[in-house]
Amino acid sequence: MSYRTLRMRGLLAGAALLAAAACGGGSRTTEGTGDALSGLVSVDGSSTVFPVTEAVAEEFQKAHSGVRVTVGSSGTGGGFQKFCRNETDISDASRPIRGTEVDACAKAGIEFIEIPVAYDGIAVLVNPKNTWVSEMTVAELKRLWEPEAQGKVLRWNQIRPSWPDSEIRLFGPGTDSGTFDYFTEAVTGKERASRGDYTSSEDDNVLVQGIEGDLNALGYFGYAYYEENRDKLKLLAIDDQDETNGSGAIAPSPETVANGTYRPLSRPVFIYVKVGALERPEVLRFVEFYLQNAAELVREVGYIPLKDTEGKLVRERFDQRATGTMFAGTDSHSKLTLEQRLRQ
Amino acid sequence: MSRRTRAWIEFLIERLLFLCAAASVLITVGIVGVLIFETIAFLRAVPIWDFVFGTVWTPLFYNPSFGVLPLVTGTLLVSGIAMAVALPCGLLTAIYLSEYAAPGVRRSLKPVLEVLAGVPTVVYGYFALLFVTPLLQRFIPGLASFNALSPGVVMGIMILPLVSSLSEDALHAVPNGLREGAYALGATRMQAALRVVVPAAFSGISAACILAVSRAIGETMIVAIAAGQQPRLTLNPLVPVETMTAYIVQVSLGDTPTGTIEYQTIFAVGMLLFLSTFVLNLFSNWLRERFREEYS
Repeated sequence: MSYRTLRMRGLLAGAALLAAAACGGGSRTTEGTGDALSGLVSVDGSSTVFPVTEAVAEEFQKAHSGVRVTVGSSGTGGGFQKFCRNETDISDASRPIRGTEVDACAKAGIEFIEIPVAYDGIAVLVNPKNTWVSEMTVAELKRLWEPEAQGKVLRWNQIRPSWPDSEIRLFGPGTDSGTFDYFTEAVTGKERASRGDYTSSEDDNVLVQGIEGDLNALGYFGYAYYEENRDKLKLLAIDDQDETNGSGAIAPSPETVANGTYRPLSRPVFIYVKVGALERPEVLRFVEFYLQNAAELVREVGYIPLKDTEGKLVRERFDQRATGTMFAGTDSHSKLTLEQRLRQ
Repeated sequence: MSRRTRAWIEFLIERLLFLCAAASVLITVGIVGVLIFETIAFLRAVPIWDFVFGTVWTPLFYNPSFGVLPLVTGTLLVSGIAMAVALPCGLLTAIYLSEYAAPGVRRSLKPVLEVLAGVPTVVYGYFALLFVTPLLQRFIPGLASFNALSPGVVMGIMILPLVSSLSEDALHAVPNGLREGAYALGATRMQAALRVVVPAAFSGISAACILAVSRAIGETMIVAIAAGQQPRLTLNPLVPVETMTAYIVQVSLGDTPTGTIEYQTIFAVGMLLFLSTFVLNLFSNWLRERFREEYS
């Protein structure tokens, strides 16, 4: 909804620029529609990051009508395969690049810059009338969602004996969703390993509707979606039983997602830019446009922007063309915050 | 216009008409062909026994399991509830319209009833989810927000005109001589209607009901929206279920790559669906044929 108004605004701005260019007799190249930038920027990768990149690409193409930006969503892994085969300029990723992927890129002689663009958090929710639960541990979530629980863990008191002896009704995203991949990996330890006997939908509205109308419901989806439906849902705090990143159960909020204390259900998402491609002005301008506008567009499409300090560090990192990954050998769930890594 | 050109135009028009008729047949053959082709590919990976008699349906998950029974029971449950609503209401409406209503009432009421069949099913779906379910939850505590009951009831309302309209046609076609005979024997209006006219129109009414069942089984939007998408083997109408049609919608909405087993499941389920509605339609046709022979 708000994204559409943004697009309208972009359209109007474009029209105004066009009019200005026409009135000026076309002798000057204006910043915007009239500039001479042309070419193709090809992006592929994570479907989680796709909405952000797609929004940036759309705005960018309005300002530079000569440039075509193609954004694919073949998944983080599929995106890196293409990236390291030199088929794309930029790769979207919802996790840091893996060691094997770094090697594949190195073998093909591809150097990359790692750019965190936003945070993504997953909220675990219950019905607002639910009185017995306000926090859960990751271990309890695992017991509830792992494949072995299918057909066996069906009642609330099987998770914690003090909870009522009534059926627990589960809601979650479908198997095509990046949120599903991420939740299963963070909770059960293995990507896509999940029980199958829950109400699944790619449409978050359906999940909200289901949890809102059922006292015994529990479900999960992207934090941004909870923000829009605050009054209909009850948010659970999650305890990862690790005192080093904040003690006790912690509820997701823009702060706890961004500062990394809401673990393990929050993570930064990235774009990876091929250094060689930055010699082409259209790619360079696109990445710069991305860095300038990410914060606003990230909010529009429902993710959490980086903190200002982090944004500045990311910008510095890009200006210095610092290549390689900050996450060598680890994953984004581990203890260091993004800011600490950026400062390393 | 010479005779020759006229003959030629005639020939062209005939061919054109033939092509139109052939197109629909060819398309049907094509659809069935694709269904069969993909189903065979699916059955090569999954033994037919596991498919038809398996009790766990989780083809998209980590431990895939391809037992279609939960989808079948879900479909039967929702259709059963729909019939429980549509059959009595539809039949009583038909008896009223055919035997009791004044001709003017009948003429105005019938089209109004048929409007119900013209409401887009997506509207019925949201009607079930956002109105009927909350309403039922007031009376039935423990009713999940996605359940088989509410879409079943709404689907019953949707197919009600189908039942009433076809049954009414059947009742109306019963020769007046039978009614008059009943009255001559001293039967009341109700006795004539229930003991003479309804039994006489029985095969037509059954045909209408079977068509309605087949419509209920194939109905997609209402269940996709309001029944939840959780395949479970249950006949409890208060919990979420998934029907065969809703499963096909669910997979088709995602980006399942072609050629994978997940992709083939929708054809296998589609084949099952096609077979069940096909058999029901044939049966209903057969019943109607019998009915026609009796009174024409």
